[in-house]
Amino acid sequence: MSRSDWEVVIGLEVHAQLNTASKIFSGASTAFGAAPNVQACAVDIALPGVLPVLNRGAVERAIRFGLAIGAEVAPKSVFARKNYFYPDLPKGYQISQFELPVVQGGEITIRVGEGDKAYEKTVHLTRAHLEEDAGKSLHEDFHGMSGIDLNRAGTPLLEIVSEPDMRSSAEAVAYARTLHALVRWIDICDGNMQEGSFRCDANVSVRRPGGPLGTRREIKNLNSFRFLQQAIDYEVQWQIDTLEDGGRIQQATVLFDPDSGETRMMRSKEDAHDYRYFPDPDLLPLVISPEWKARVHSEMPELPGAMKARFMEQWGLSAYDATTLTASKEVASFYQAAVEAAGVALAKPCANWVMGDLAARLNKAELDVAASPVSPVQLAGLVARIADGTISNNIGKKVFDALWNREGNSADAVIEAQGLRQTNDAGAIEAMIDEVLAANQKSVEEFRAGKEKAFNALVGQVMKASKGKANPAQVNELLKRKLEA
Amino acid sequence: MIHASLTELRAALDAKKISSVELATLFLDRIEQHNPALNAFITVDRDGALAAARAADARIAAGNAGPLTGIPLAHKDVFCTEGVLTTCGSKMLSNFVSPYDAHVVSLLKAAGAVNLGKTNMDEFAMGSSNENSHYGPVRNPWDTTRIPGGSSGGSAAAVAARLAPIATGTDTGGSVRQPAGHTGITGIKPTYGVVSRYGMIAYASSLDQGGAFGASAADCAQLLSAMAGFDERDSTSLERPAEDYARELAAPASDQPLAGLRIGLPREFFAEGMAEDVRAAVEAALEQYRKLGATTVDVSLPNAKLAIPAYYVIAPAEASSNLSRFDGVRYGHRAAEYRDLAEMYAKSRAEGFGAEVKRRILVGTYVLSHGYYDAYYLQAQKLRRLIAQDFQAAFAQCDVIAGPTSPTTAWAIGEKTDDPVQMYLSDIYTIAVNLAGLPGLSHPCGFGGGNLPVGLQLIGDYFAEARLLATAHQYQQATDWHLRRPG
Repeated sequence: MSRSDWEVVIGLEVHAQLNTASKIFSGASTAFGAAPNVQACAVDIALPGVLPVLNRGAVERAIRFGLAIGAEVAPKSVFARKNYFYPDLPKGYQISQFELPVVQGGEITIRVGEGDKAYEKTVHLTRAHLEEDAGKSLHEDFHGMSGIDLNRAGTPLLEIVSEPDMRSSAEAVAYARTLHALVRWIDICDGNMQEGSFRCDANVSVRRPGGPLGTRREIKNLNSFRFLQQAIDYEVQWQIDTLEDGGRIQQATVLFDPDSGETRMMRSKEDAHDYRYFPDPDLLPLVISPEWKARVHSEMPELPGAMKARFMEQWGLSAYDATTLTASKEVASFYQAAVEAAGVALAKPCANWVMGDLAARLNKAELDVAASPVSPVQLAGLVARIADGTISNNIGKKVFDALWNREGNSADAVIEAQGLRQTNDAGAIEAMIDEVLAANQKSVEEFRAGKEKAFNALVGQVMKASKGKANPAQVNELLKRKLEA
Repeated sequence: MIHASLTELRAALDAKKISSVELATLFLDRIEQHNPALNAFITVDRDGALAAARAADARIAAGNAGPLTGIPLAHKDVFCTEGVLTTCGSKMLSNFVSPYDAHVVSLLKAAGAVNLGKTNMDEFAMGSSNENSHYGPVRNPWDTTRIPGGSSGGSAAAVAARLAPIATGTDTGGSVRQPAGHTGITGIKPTYGVVSRYGMIAYASSLDQGGAFGASAADCAQLLSAMAGFDERDSTSLERPAEDYARELAAPASDQPLAGLRIGLPREFFAEGMAEDVRAAVEAALEQYRKLGATTVDVSLPNAKLAIPAYYVIAPAEASSNLSRFDGVRYGHRAAEYRDLAEMYAKSRAEGFGAEVKRRILVGTYVLSHGYYDAYYLQAQKLRRLIAQDFQAAFAQCDVIAGPTSPTTAWAIGEKTDDPVQMYLSDIYTIAVNLAGLPGLSHPCGFGGGNLPVGLQLIGDYFAEARLLATAHQYQQATDWHLRRPG
């Protein structure tokens, strides 16, 4: 039996670290990278007698997320204690939300695949709840002992739980990427995966199409999209192989080892903790008034979905272009600024430049679009000069390079300084054509013998003679006329 | 000065008849003399007290004294005190010097009160007799073979024996009112949320509430006024303006100052179970209240009998979680030897906690566990709501509720230690008040067999502290039980 006889079912739990300055239940800083335990106050260390006080900023971010995915932002939600012992869990319980989470439901539209095979899909969310992170246990460098760093303890997290709506690792990755872009878009999470600001757990099972859900295994703590994909692919194949060999899947939590590319069991269901959840008596129910929600709503930026629709409907972009340009807030705002400067009529060429040359250069230089040496206004100026025939598209690339290298402040300045203005003077072009034809008799003969390629070679020679400045369309037309004369 | 009221002490300090240093020394010397017999204090902070007293004297000299400036007091060892050992009566914290002050402690420090030391208590405030302390039982000043009540037994015994004029306590199921009753002093537990729990080591968070001990309601009113108030560090602290709880103490000059006051007598509190000597003292006190103009009406608290079972689900559940932080990792007791993490936890906790604490952790863990939560914890929460509703129905018919604080007078040390359920039942009249979050007060109302004090409990509606204190104060204007001192 092959893999196609099985349907893959995936749900993701994502822990997004909220970008508040202080912790969710204390005033200690959340900044990353400090020396161990210097950012752990009395509350984070869980001294006797200390009490949690909820960070309003963390709640605001949860509201923002709920609004962004069209979820129900619960008017009343409850913090609960999840009880278990671990040295990096100072209180012996984690404050989380259990029965009544702050965000309930919602959905995210993802675009999977590329080109003709690309398709859109809606992934439903179960919930998103606020909770605190634990500290870190360090098992190296302590000579048989463990070190505990509580700097991370109490860092606010939004745990975002999807329905098991995804049917492939590609869908899971597309969902994770879309979610990642969204939390950054609405500025609730910095999305830094190396620092653990955005961590994915994947619940994976396989079943016969149409059959009941299979038993799932949960892959913990995947901190890159590549690992997410690899881990799911490995796990799916492992589950299919196990089932086809007549085995059974036991519910379990597994870890992905990036070195071997394999998943391995961490604990079985039998070893699962009984977390003894109960409402935290130190915290009142979280009440979110309609006014609070409305205020957060009024401060929300335009969301990627709405922006994408606007780009398509008002600016005439294709679904692919609109999706690409709204994949991140930075790209979208760069593009938007460029179109605002160039005019809506040039929305499409602006899109081509942003997705094409600019993206390629940024990629090569490993730069974020926000750090682009070419500004949106400069790019708009360049696009406008191509559109009005001042320069050709090819010369445009040259101007772009010059702008990238900061050889001029604007496309106009570069064109002027380097004399790149396109020649539309028919007389001058004809003179150049005559010289080229005289010097390339062989090509002329080949063309006349029916070799189309020779024509292109001649065009190239004319463009070269004009140092690229001749209007290519004019060169084509005049050359054709001369040769056919 | 030993027996003086706070008003008298204030006047003496302000008139420079005595300095705060002299006053503190007087009480410190009494502690030195009497504490060995009573075991009321775990820590005596002579140096800290004298330093605070010197500062208070400077403040008095500068004319900046507040009502409690220069007044000595003692803190129950459940309150964290910066730089001072804070044990909570447990071996687990026998090495814990708190790096910070509880809110209550810092308020009283700021008021200029002089902390003499930390009083003994049942371990983690779990107990009704003060026999559950790692530091040994506290003895009742009226009869040192008897318990002083608990869990704030050290504070109650200290005030009763005049080792401190006033003391702080905490009350989760009666831990201020019951020892106040057993030691012949006055104690008040305010409405849940009036006193900040920040820095008060948690037993059962939804029930714990700081309270005040004094010889009289007037002294309690002054102490409570200084302890209470909103604290943003406690999310369950109530955001209300500060109150002067002594504001209603002055009654119109009348031989019936309580005219118009309706005192509700819950049928269930006067049924079987109350010892005859307690009943006699309580009936006499009610007669005294009627003489003062109050009327008594029968009320019913039909679910009050469910308070103990509900409490012994909710309190252990919260405790089992609250006490998880005592794991030997960051502070507190850690076993000397262990092979791995699990054994470090197990041995540290097995060695650090006493039997009653372990019992409640086990019960709490059980009632929260998967498959039992609904049957126990949720059910207990429902009972809690019913009990609170009963009180609201009763307060439609009366202004305050009165009854015995405890069914018996103080029992002998060791008498109930082998029977936890009997011990739990001794809190039958006090526990419902915590479940409902209401204020309650106990004042002395006579003596039972063996010359042991009997307490009368007054229960008020939410935020009725000033009224409870005023009611008790009028009673104390007409009686002298609160002025009696142990031999």
